[in-house]
Amino acid sequence: MSDKFLVIGEAREGTLRNVTYEAIAAAKKIQPEGEVVGVICGDTDQESQADEMIYYGADKVITIKHDNLKAYTSEGYGQAILSVIKEEAPFGIVMGHTSVGKDLTPKLASKLESGLVSDVVDLELEGDTPVFTRPIYSGKAFEKKTVTSGLTFFTIRPNNVPALERDESRKGEVITKDIDVAGIRTVIKDVIRKAAEGVDLSEANVIVAGGRGVKSEEGFKPLYELAEVLGGAVGASRGACDAEYCDYSLQIGQTGKVVTPDLYIAVGISGAIQHLAGMSNSKVIVAINKDPEANIFNVADYGIVGDLFEILPLLIEDIKKMKQ
Amino acid sequence: MDIYVLLKRTFDTEEKINISSGKIEDDGAEFIINPYDEYAVEEAINQRDEHGGEVTVVTVGDEESEKQLRTALAMGADKAVLINTEEDLEDGDQYTTSRILEAYFKDKQVDLILAGNVAIDEASGQVGPRLAELLGMPYITTITNLKIDNKTVSIEKDVEGDVEVVESTLPLLVTCQQGLNEPRYPSLPGIMKAKKKPLDELELEDLDIDEDELEAKTRTVEIFLPPEKEAGRVLEGEIGDQVQELVSLLKNDAKVL
Repeated sequence: MSDKFLVIGEAREGTLRNVTYEAIAAAKKIQPEGEVVGVICGDTDQESQADEMIYYGADKVITIKHDNLKAYTSEGYGQAILSVIKEEAPFGIVMGHTSVGKDLTPKLASKLESGLVSDVVDLELEGDTPVFTRPIYSGKAFEKKTVTSGLTFFTIRPNNVPALERDESRKGEVITKDIDVAGIRTVIKDVIRKAAEGVDLSEANVIVAGGRGVKSEEGFKPLYELAEVLGGAVGASRGACDAEYCDYSLQIGQTGKVVTPDLYIAVGISGAIQHLAGMSNSKVIVAINKDPEANIFNVADYGIVGDLFEILPLLIEDIKKMKQ
Repeated sequence: MDIYVLLKRTFDTEEKINISSGKIEDDGAEFIINPYDEYAVEEAINQRDEHGGEVTVVTVGDEESEKQLRTALAMGADKAVLINTEEDLEDGDQYTTSRILEAYFKDKQVDLILAGNVAIDEASGQVGPRLAELLGMPYITTITNLKIDNKTVSIEKDVEGDVEVVESTLPLLVTCQQGLNEPRYPSLPGIMKAKKKPLDELELEDLDIDEDELEAKTRTVEIFLPPEKEAGRVLEGEIGDQVQELVSLLKNDAKVL
């Protein structure tokens, strides 16, 4: 059987996302001696991205350049990547469990009549069999899954499988493939940037999240300031989204995003079970709430009882001082 | 328009999860329509009211799902179909479910299929796109706005917080994201009417599909609960001192700054 692993790379604004490097590490964990082949799509030259994949552990990278691959569409990327899969005939495929990964991988799996284990947070080998751990019920429980037939195809959640050390001395082959991409029925007309500049919620190491206690859209300002100082992203509880203090895309919880940052600062969030499902697997949790009985204190590592509008400015100032 | 909704019955979001003999304990638990599928039902009803036609809600599951299908009918869907696999299937996965749905849809006239972008229990988000691929139909996931003008469909799609404006054509499959609409509560007259609406039950043999073709490609070998998070320290003293202590704890003890 082939011991080749295909890693589907994903770039944003010309740079590969970190989860691509984490996917390489995941492939290597399953096939330590096997060949790791990266694949990248786009409408420009992707030499430097290909090199980066090699520095992070890929043995070979295939780049596909076509005008119809400028923006991601499931049909365009699907055609391009499927033709590479057919040619390379890998043992397994891995990609990030991102917006693009979630959209693309079920299509490929369906076409390949393959299983797909999505949103993997941990993996191990039992003998030769890869065993994947993934959250179910939004992290209220976990399941371990194995592949029983066909390809070992999975997606990994960002921030959970550490990438290998970047090593610029690593060498590998970069191949540019000419593949025709045609017959696309969905067209992207425009992209409206609404997400906060810089850090994406699902990949953020630090999240500052606000709830109803933040009281207004204006009230989120110090949260954004704190997130900026920490190089993190802002999230919210359902309560804050329903009250229109912020956009639904920021919602963390059982409906909304499930996040596992290193540091989660819950500000004015009471801690309903649905919210806890989305964040309680964060590494360190800080709760700031004026109600000492708030449920959020039951999962917090550190808590401060008090007025968030008094506490946040002090916290921002102290962290700025510390960073100097 | 012939509009279809893929619906799954899931645990209520309020429920705590317990495990007994290696399986999720569902005795006494409350069940609901998967919240993302509720957006799909609401959108299907709105599109039908605007363009005419019929909304059919389809579930692959067991008898217990009838209750959620009745709720969708009470919201305003016209017909419901339960593909009951209880007797025929032990362990399916997303491959299995999408193949069953493929068999159901293969002789149907379809303009639009709506589904939730993910189910809050197993959370794979695969069945919608897999089905679209099997039916040779384009699909768009995580939509937050949908406008249909003849055969042209204009969509807004959530991409990690950004909005992509996408155009496509019918027939089409979409998966729904929060923000698309506000699902209605069934009205009392709606509930009364729902009792008389058709709810058909099918089994695999009605779909002319063999169990052997449906064998899952993946298997769950273990289910476990995460370690219970212990309550930590609530700091005390002057607010200013508490903040200083917090920064020091995060830096020196937790090492996250």
